[in-house]
Amino acid sequence: MDILNMTAVGLSDQIKAGRITVKEAVEAVFAQIDKTEENYHCYVTIDKENALKEAERVQAGIDDGTFTGPLAGVPVAIKDNMCTEGMLTTCSSKILENFIPTFSSEAVLNLQKAGVVILGKTNMDEFAMGSTTETSYYGVTKNPWNDAHVPGGSSGGSAAAVAAEECFFALGSDTGGSIRQPAGYCGVVGMKPTYGTVSRYGLIAYGSSLDQIGPLCKDVTDCATILETIASHDLKDSTSMERDDLDFTTALVNDVKGMKIGIPKDYFGEGLDPEVKEAVLAAAEVLKEKGAVVEEFDLDLVKYAIPTYYTIAAAEASSNLERFDGVKYGYRAKDADELHQMYKRTRSEGFGPEVKRRIMLGSFVLSSGYYDAYYLKALKVKALIKKAFDEAFAKYDVILGPVAPATAPKLGESLSDPIKMYLGDIYTISVNLAGLPGICLPCGKDKAGLPIGLQLIGDCFSEKKLIQTAYTYEQARGAFGTPFHPAE
Amino acid sequence: MAKEYETVIGLEVHVELASKTKIFCGCSTEFGGAPNTHTCPVCTGMPGSLPVLNKQVLEYAIAVGLATNCDITRYCKFDRKNYFYPDNPQNYQISQLYLPICRNGYVEVETQDGGKKKVGIHEIHMEEDAGKLIHDEWEDCSLVDYNRSGVPLIEIVSEPDMRSAEEVIAYLEKLRLIIQYLGASDCKLNEGSMRADVNLSVREVGAKEFGTRTEMKNLNSFKAIAHAIEGEKNRQIDILEDGGKVVQETRRWDDTKEYSYAMRSKEDAQDYRYFPDPDLTPIMVSEEWLAEIKAKEPEFRTAKMERYKEEYGIPEYDIEIITNSKRMADLFEETTALCKQPKKVSNWLMVETQRLLKEQSMDPEDIRFTPENLAKLIGLADSKAINSSVAKEVFEVMFNENIDPEKYVEEKGLKTVNDEGALRSTIEQIVKDNPKSVEDYHNGKEKAIGFLVGQTMKAMKGKADPAMINQILKELL
Repeated sequence: MDILNMTAVGLSDQIKAGRITVKEAVEAVFAQIDKTEENYHCYVTIDKENALKEAERVQAGIDDGTFTGPLAGVPVAIKDNMCTEGMLTTCSSKILENFIPTFSSEAVLNLQKAGVVILGKTNMDEFAMGSTTETSYYGVTKNPWNDAHVPGGSSGGSAAAVAAEECFFALGSDTGGSIRQPAGYCGVVGMKPTYGTVSRYGLIAYGSSLDQIGPLCKDVTDCATILETIASHDLKDSTSMERDDLDFTTALVNDVKGMKIGIPKDYFGEGLDPEVKEAVLAAAEVLKEKGAVVEEFDLDLVKYAIPTYYTIAAAEASSNLERFDGVKYGYRAKDADELHQMYKRTRSEGFGPEVKRRIMLGSFVLSSGYYDAYYLKALKVKALIKKAFDEAFAKYDVILGPVAPATAPKLGESLSDPIKMYLGDIYTISVNLAGLPGICLPCGKDKAGLPIGLQLIGDCFSEKKLIQTAYTYEQARGAFGTPFHPAE
Repeated sequence: MAKEYETVIGLEVHVELASKTKIFCGCSTEFGGAPNTHTCPVCTGMPGSLPVLNKQVLEYAIAVGLATNCDITRYCKFDRKNYFYPDNPQNYQISQLYLPICRNGYVEVETQDGGKKKVGIHEIHMEEDAGKLIHDEWEDCSLVDYNRSGVPLIEIVSEPDMRSAEEVIAYLEKLRLIIQYLGASDCKLNEGSMRADVNLSVREVGAKEFGTRTEMKNLNSFKAIAHAIEGEKNRQIDILEDGGKVVQETRRWDDTKEYSYAMRSKEDAQDYRYFPDPDLTPIMVSEEWLAEIKAKEPEFRTAKMERYKEEYGIPEYDIEIITNSKRMADLFEETTALCKQPKKVSNWLMVETQRLLKEQSMDPEDIRFTPENLAKLIGLADSKAINSSVAKEVFEVMFNENIDPEKYVEEKGLKTVNDEGALRSTIEQIVKDNPKSVEDYHNGKEKAIGFLVGQTMKAMKGKADPAMINQILKELL
């Protein structure tokens, strides 16, 4: 049996049936990690010893009937901005180089209750600020499809770990596309749920009003199953929502007859790579053949999404990151003479350039005299963008488009021009601004063999429609494969 | 001709609310635990932690707003105030700037000439307290205790409506009484559960514009507030008289030196970069909830005074003093309910209690004895089990240590000797030993009997009923 070629749900079925032990699954993953991790560098922290211990505990739980769920026994990776009790949590930053949380984030606890085995913490852009995983203090992650290219970001380590078969699925977080875009670049499935669906408790905040945790995995079935497991109403998170429709796996239905799909013309204009355009429109055609009603419409407010996003996210980040000051935990500059020098040196030495850039941008837009012109205006535009989506969803069940203007860029290409990097977020960030769910799944490869991502966007609380549409497309498309198990 | 000046004063009053748990987490608000024992990831600013509003805090804030005639903001939000300091673990304080919970209120205070004056309340907002830095001089380092971090506060910002120290004190006393009656805080200035910052400017009488104001901090008693106002007023007038300009700045009052010094000027004022806290959802206050809070409102002082007059028939002066403190009024009512003797309860509260409070510079809020024990003491005195001087003695012990008077009297053998035979033989001996006084008495010197009573009391170690001694003496003489 080729363990690594299995999906999470498939593996768990085999484990529960007694055909594979949890230990065998964990060891298979570590064998792969030994082979590929040195090159791809998907992880910041790998805890093999703990994972093997956990494998025993989880196996006992499966044997005695404690763990019966669809993810029991599955080895998983967690993005390094989610707190894990007793396990280093760095946000890929020097400033948290020694930070070991005293509690686990709610999403991680929900997974542990379902009997998963945590392998380690995945690499990311520092504090989730970036689109390539190149801003990590701990080195870049490479794209498993082509190691000259980035895996995307900020959840690049999570996406690459799934594509490289260094885990069966991973959790990521998405503030402006940080799950969907790397999923697209790495040819895996990634989903950002409706804001408030997964608790943010224990997620080290970047842009609090935009951050959501979600899965990166091998197929839509895994995606629905993981989301169903991690979603919960958490009283520790005031923005967490009580929903009675978290049975996402019921939407794994191969049928889109009558489903209304809108294609925003504005998503297919200038700047979109022709190969990406072709693949995405071909996917729309597949859904049309399966019975969906597909039509084009205008969503021109999207052009304001980038400045709006960078204003709001940076403002929140500038405040969220104030707590990293060398006083209580994390890195502290040595030999400072007095308090303010300690603060300045700790933060100058502890944060990388992209984080500093956004802290400065955020501090500026919140400063007295500029607040109304920037931050307040951005909030108004955010409301208008939400309204534009509301109008679109009055007509359509799902919006279909690309996840990024092109496939994964080469390593080192993006950081030299931050504005260009920011513009790459054009198709993903308005989803966060409006609090909507979005899913990305592979819909082809370019000539260089790099995956192309298809993005489906739904109205708030319409994850099931997204899952149903994505599942139907996936069934028609057939297996996408990984670099190590290419589709036949 | 010397110019005449008017002082213009507005106050920012911080009040620590009485909720058992902190404003954004479940940690205890109790004062005085070992450092960093009343803490959790939320109130120590651990990465990934999130605040959740304590509903009791909101309810107290609304109750104070309703009692001070404020409009309650039906859609209100929390904002972050960003500044770096180690006692502030997130380096931002969660407060309210844009949409505070209460606005546009007032309280009515009595002025010195017996008139009434409305002092406007600009707004009341909720916020979290900071931790406490402890500077270790020996080790040359600073330590931080986050027990106080996240303790709920309301800040009551007045309009610049006050014109003298007396009005300021009257306003503060009124606020304190309202908040104490609501049970929203114990409002102790000396312990910091009520803190006032004074904004003060002077202008020539008749001037339309306000002068430049300063803000005075570190005022922890009514006396310090009155001193600081006098001092600052004179300082500003001196500057103006010398042709200078008052600088807008924050000053710190040193009450021992009766002097203030500048902490920071407007130029170094920090930019707090306020913005709505995205971790807390906006609060919607419904009409039903407001009505519920209003319905729970306690009997305030004016109503209480009326009722005392009718129900207990105690003197108006007593009513005035007793209702001037929620603790006193509660003690009065609870003790009276037990012993049904309002006049006697009032007497103990008015005379002995006031004396001891004054002697020990205590607030009524600090009273330790229970209504049960005061009722027992009154019962002991009533049944003549102890005489009045013993009762005072016992009261003082009870005031200090909240002892049970019945047990105490028993243990210390303070009961009046009611054995007439023993008393009679003691008196016979006294009469025999003091023939001079007996003679004086027979010669019409009524006072001589007082001496004999005193001698008897001494022989009985104070444990006799003076009335009984008098009666027996008169028989024997």
